[in-house]
Amino acid sequence: MSRSSRSMEWTPLLFSGGLAFFLFALFAVIPFGDTAMKVGTMIHQQGGELGAANLVTAVVLGYRGLDTLGELAILFAAATSAGLVLSNTRQRTRSIKNKGLGELFESAISLLMPLLLLVGVYIVLHGHLTPGGGFQGGVVIAVALFLPTLARGEMVINHHLIQWIEGGAGALFILIGVAALIQGAAFLQPLMAAGEVGRFLSAGTLPVLYLLVGLKVGAELAALLGHLVEDDEPGVQQ
Amino acid sequence: MDGSLFMILAALLLVVVMLTAALAALLSESHLVAVVSLSILSLGLTLLFVLLRAPDVAMTEGVVGVGLSSLIFALALKRLRLYRSSTPAESCDE
Repeated sequence: MSRSSRSMEWTPLLFSGGLAFFLFALFAVIPFGDTAMKVGTMIHQQGGELGAANLVTAVVLGYRGLDTLGELAILFAAATSAGLVLSNTRQRTRSIKNKGLGELFESAISLLMPLLLLVGVYIVLHGHLTPGGGFQGGVVIAVALFLPTLARGEMVINHHLIQWIEGGAGALFILIGVAALIQGAAFLQPLMAAGEVGRFLSAGTLPVLYLLVGLKVGAELAALLGHLVEDDEPGVQQ
Repeated sequence: MDGSLFMILAALLLVVVMLTAALAALLSESHLVAVVSLSILSLGLTLLFVLLRAPDVAMTEGVVGVGLSSLIFALALKRLRLYRSSTPAESCDE
């Protein structure tokens, strides 16, 4: 109790300190949002050699593809360990029965879910042209697939299929990297012609890589959300 | 100059909203209110990223911070039997 009251005394100080810092940062000499980034300028000067209209994609998948692989590995480890802790049953396919949220939510979600799926697929497929990409689109797809479970309170989650999608996407991502090695380039270096910047079929293997990232992230998060909901029944609780 | 003044004012407003949300998350009795406050904080951060012309980061923050992490927090609260909108003293559904 005394500990929490002491932390209550500190919070106003933290608040005013943070506000003062932000005010200082906002009114400092540097013009707001106007800092010239040296790295960005250098990549700009390369002149879109990878053929990606979205520079962030060129960095994430082209120049630093290995870092993206590391990110995927971290997400995989986190999702797998969460699933390991949360699932205390060997059954692969289980049905969920909750109360559901009622008719209003159910109709709203059945209306929204296809649109959300479409937005997610659009973000994944246009990762090399517009902002966004595999990670963002994958999360949107996972949440969109999860919404009916939330609304209706019952859905069969096929963990076997999700695992296959996830594993296949990860393996293909690495295989594309190895294919670049076989051709004498660096690991995960973009293959195929860059094409015309701004076209849908351009930027070589970058869209394919982003599609795989989207599939992997979406499958992982869908499995994680499924695990979180599944063992919610009172009977399963230990 | 006009545009940059607008940006500063908008950013100031967002910062105040974000700090208020963070404070609400710290001080609120209900866990659910804390989760919602964190979601509002992420929304402010998303708009700040948009102001700073970083749409990729804004999308990630919006999708992960506003949506997914709140969903995961809410599901975790539900598993821990802490999912109520009122203080523990008043009993509630669930």
